Amino acid sequence: MDWLQNLGRNGLLLFEGLGRAAIFFVYMVRGLGTALLRFRLTLREIYSVGVLSLVIIVVSGLFVGMVLGLQGYVNFAKFNAEESLGIFVALSLVRELGPVVTGLLYAGRAGSALTAEIGLMKTTEQLAAMEMMAVDPMHRVIAPRFLAGIISMPFLAAIFSAVGVLGGYFVGVGLLGVDEGSYWSQMQASVDFNEDIVNGVIKSAVFGVACNWIALYEGYDAIPTAEGVSRATTKTVVRSALAVLGLDFILTALMFGDI
Amino acid sequence: MNISTQTTDSEPLVEIRDLYFSRGANTIFKGLSLDIRRGQITGFMGPSGTGKTTLLKLIGGQLFPAQGTVFVEGQNVHALGRAPLFELRKRMGMLFQSGALLTDINVFENVAFPLREHTKLPEQIIRDLVLIKLEAVGLRGARKLMPSQLSGGMARRVALARAIVLDPMMIMYDEPFTGLDPITKGTIVTLIKQLNASLGLTSILVSHDVEETMSIADYIYVISEGEIVESGTPSSLRQSSSEWVQQFLNGYPDGPAPFHYPANEYIDDLLMGR
Repeated sequence: MDWLQNLGRNGLLLFEGLGRAAIFFVYMVRGLGTALLRFRLTLREIYSVGVLSLVIIVVSGLFVGMVLGLQGYVNFAKFNAEESLGIFVALSLVRELGPVVTGLLYAGRAGSALTAEIGLMKTTEQLAAMEMMAVDPMHRVIAPRFLAGIISMPFLAAIFSAVGVLGGYFVGVGLLGVDEGSYWSQMQASVDFNEDIVNGVIKSAVFGVACNWIALYEGYDAIPTAEGVSRATTKTVVRSALAVLGLDFILTALMFGDI
Repeated sequence: MNISTQTTDSEPLVEIRDLYFSRGANTIFKGLSLDIRRGQITGFMGPSGTGKTTLLKLIGGQLFPAQGTVFVEGQNVHALGRAPLFELRKRMGMLFQSGALLTDINVFENVAFPLREHTKLPEQIIRDLVLIKLEAVGLRGARKLMPSQLSGGMARRVALARAIVLDPMMIMYDEPFTGLDPITKGTIVTLIKQLNASLGLTSILVSHDVEETMSIADYIYVISEGEIVESGTPSSLRQSSSEWVQQFLNGYPDGPAPFHYPANEYIDDLLMGR
């Protein structure tokens, strides 16, 4: 009967955690007013989660684009369809790889840092001290970071896709000799603004909410010890990655699946 | 509230009545009742793990008791909504053991933090107020340093300046002497005493440092296992007939508080390995 007990206990713990995370979300959203009114606080966080993530996003975008260019060319060449390389690169990036890979990289670069920062603030009693100074950490610390993350993510994903398209161009057109005019004109003709670009932006915004919610909640809920913070950081990366991939499937099904 | 402004020293600022609190299966307070008087330094002493810090968190409304009430200035702390509780907290300072300074801003900004959050004072006045408080703790010259560059004692003094920057009515010290060298310890002792007198504060001091606490407290509660073992002025405590209090004050290794963690008979334990 042990397994039944374990199942029950883990089930209860799971729902308790989900409930706490949901309450946390509500408080966080309530704090968004403050984050907007005192936008300077948010700006500082946009710098640390957005601007400082640029290097990894640009470099990864470039390489992903280059690989797409190479793989696309090799396979399209079998059907004499090299001219369609532009469509392939652009659609893969804008619809899928841009938002998804950005989400994964964001979780590793910015999400883990957020969790560690909040967890350490809790460990060193900074959050409790704020409470005692009659300052709500939800408004002062959490909400600005949440807003900054939601704002940054679509931009990061867009930059990733743009750099990726250039990477595909360097390899396809520059190295492998695909016609430059076809690369751009086919891309222009086939990528639809509403269908592809807007959906990609919506995806990245959804991933932004999910990644930042997970990162901030794990930090705030961390056990206030060195071990607790390290566990929380790991959980952030794992859960964000799973959330991004799972949500991507759902969103893709809704947007492009004709269901 | 009908508390007149002409208060006498004997009037209680904090009244705790029949307080019960437990953490998990661990009962921390069982029916604690006590008064903390206005204008005095009230000390709480007891071994580690008796919930002295928990008591401060209960007074500050950060924790909720299982039963019982805490009145601060006649208001039931745990019945207050968030807004009135925050109003009350603006008039309560708290000094955390670690200092709990915000690590991403410098000393000046740390002290200015409550002013910037709660007032719309012009920059010049904020600067003056911060410098006055930093001068009071002797760290005006250190205002550009970051918290990571401060020693433990300095961090605690900055935190003290921050705790008094809104001119609170009371201040709670959580283990202010722990882990300090003798000179710094002496500085903190003097500061607590001076600030209490010059700012007309009420101070609550939680500590297990017997000498330091005895030297400045007006009244002391000795707590163990969730109950008040003894209370009185420092001199009356010295006369206490309780063996436990004598053991605690003098630091005898064995006595009513046993040296050994509960275990079965030593001889049995040794023989069991055979």
